[in-house]
Amino acid sequence: MISFSNVTKRYPGGHEAVKNINFDLAREEMAFLTGHSGAGKSTLLKLITLIERPTRGQAIVNNKNLARLTRRQIPYFRRDVGIVFQDYKLLYDRTAFDNVALPLVVAGVPHREIARRVRAALDKVGLLHKERAYPITLSGGEQQRIGIARAVVNKPPVLLADEPTGNLDEALSDEIMDLFHAFNQVGVTVLIATHDQRQVRRLQKRVLELRQGEMVYDSGTKDI
Amino acid sequence: MKTYLLRHLQVFFYSLGQLARTPFASLMTIAVIGIALALPSGLYVLIDNIQGVSAGWDGSGKISLFLKQGTGDKGAQRLAKKIRGMATVAAVDYMSPDQALAEFRRLSGFGDALDALSENPLPAVLIVRPTANADNPTNLEQLLNELRQLDQVDLAQLDLAWVKRLYALLQLARRGIWILALLLGLAVVLIMGNTIRLAVLNRRDEIEVIKLVGGTNAFIRRPFLYTGLLQGLAGGLAAWGLVSTVLALLTQPINELASLYASRFSVHALDARATAVLLGAGAVLGWLGSRIAVSRHLHDIEPK
Ligand SMILES: Nc1ncnc2c1ncn2[C@@H]1O[C@H](COP(=O)(O)OP(=O)(O)OP(=O)(O)O)[C@@H](O)[C@H]1O
Ligand SMILES: [Mg+2]
Repeated sequence: MISFSNVTKRYPGGHEAVKNINFDLAREEMAFLTGHSGAGKSTLLKLITLIERPTRGQAIVNNKNLARLTRRQIPYFRRDVGIVFQDYKLLYDRTAFDNVALPLVVAGVPHREIARRVRAALDKVGLLHKERAYPITLSGGEQQRIGIARAVVNKPPVLLADEPTGNLDEALSDEIMDLFHAFNQVGVTVLIATHDQRQVRRLQKRVLELRQGEMVYDSGTKDI
Repeated sequence: MKTYLLRHLQVFFYSLGQLARTPFASLMTIAVIGIALALPSGLYVLIDNIQGVSAGWDGSGKISLFLKQGTGDKGAQRLAKKIRGMATVAAVDYMSPDQALAEFRRLSGFGDALDALSENPLPAVLIVRPTANADNPTNLEQLLNELRQLDQVDLAQLDLAWVKRLYALLQLARRGIWILALLLGLAVVLIMGNTIRLAVLNRRDEIEVIKLVGGTNAFIRRPFLYTGLLQGLAGGLAAWGLVSTVLALLTQPINELASLYASRFSVHALDARATAVLLGAGAVLGWLGSRIAVSRHLHDIEPK
């Protein structure tokens, strides 16, 4: 589902954030991407979602060679990749419902269908009763869950998350990781960048570790 | 197709809502566009009206035929009748030598000197008025030449100078209006462009998020284009209102003035075609301005 070969990203200014990365993530697999701060985890996820382009190497995601995607094709590609951000990236002048509906609205899904699927997604993250609330009135954990609902609302085959439990307490972190695990169990390919060793140990999934931009450890395609 | 139209309708009303949410800023933009559009269209109506004045002006293209001495009353009347029958002639007035002398006496104040003359030196005069549609320099010149050919005519005279001058002036004014309209149209595009540029930059975060969840540039552009179109249209409407108000205010005094000169002239407002052009121009220019601004800035806003 995600396949990197010899991928390097050099930022303007010369810093190589990821160097010569090779890995394959199979369809319906789940993995954690770990490493120290500044190791290149976010950069790797940005390469997968075409927020950044590789300087060298080949990246294939969802059977698409990213180097060949034109500007015009990027939006359609992104509809198949759900992304959860550490800083949520919600729209603060719209309700929880409207935030979650956004991927469906941009894809031109009919109105009635949108309402049904948004409620289903909100229900899955346990926030159906907050559909009319504005993000600013929600707690950090609740906002994170709105972000997750938005990422999965159009049932993308790939789900990426960057530090989804970054500033949550243990109970809430467990809850959110279990949510990702549940998506994985219904067939979604999941890649989560995290510092949280506790979650890595708890879920016993594949681990990819970056250090100074290099992939220094891969627990292998089998779960640890 | 139906869902496509529905989606456009949704964006249309969404944009309308956005404008209503910032009424002050929207009205400012609309007012500026309205004034910019009102200037050339107001001048256009003015020129159009002046054109009407020059066409309906009594005696604008009056031709005076001085008849040969000894034509006599009867001969003159017969000639007048013949000229009246010509297609481009509206009316012919006959002024006998005696009438001409009386008028000259009245106007010149040389009464005593004239009394000294034993006989009336003035010729009979026919005053020919062309029909309204023949009242332009080329047709008048043609009519003048025809009248010159007549036997009894000694001298045919037309004061074309001021007609020609007015025509040239109107032509110049017309061209001036086009140039003005072009410049102010450009101004409308720039005003709209700047307004939309600010709107785009204000919604930078929103645009980034929409791009991240797979929104196309066309999707992002759409509400801005509708905003531009609607504001331009409203600006056109404001211009129409301005011009109509000014004309309504001027109608009364102009009609009074016209009645003083016994003219049938009256002010006409913007007709349906001019109104349609005005509203259409507003909408198109607004759309164009926002299209340019959005396209320029959309590329710069990429998620990080
Ligand atoms: N836009 C950028 N321009 C230049 N350098 C960048 C840019 N983004 C990241 N970097 C650098 O690339 C390196 C990797 O950054 P990245 O954000 O991928 O790390 P990370 O593993 O996600 O760290 P953290 O755990 O703190 O989020 C860092 O040294 C960072 O300074
Ligand atoms: Mg990071």
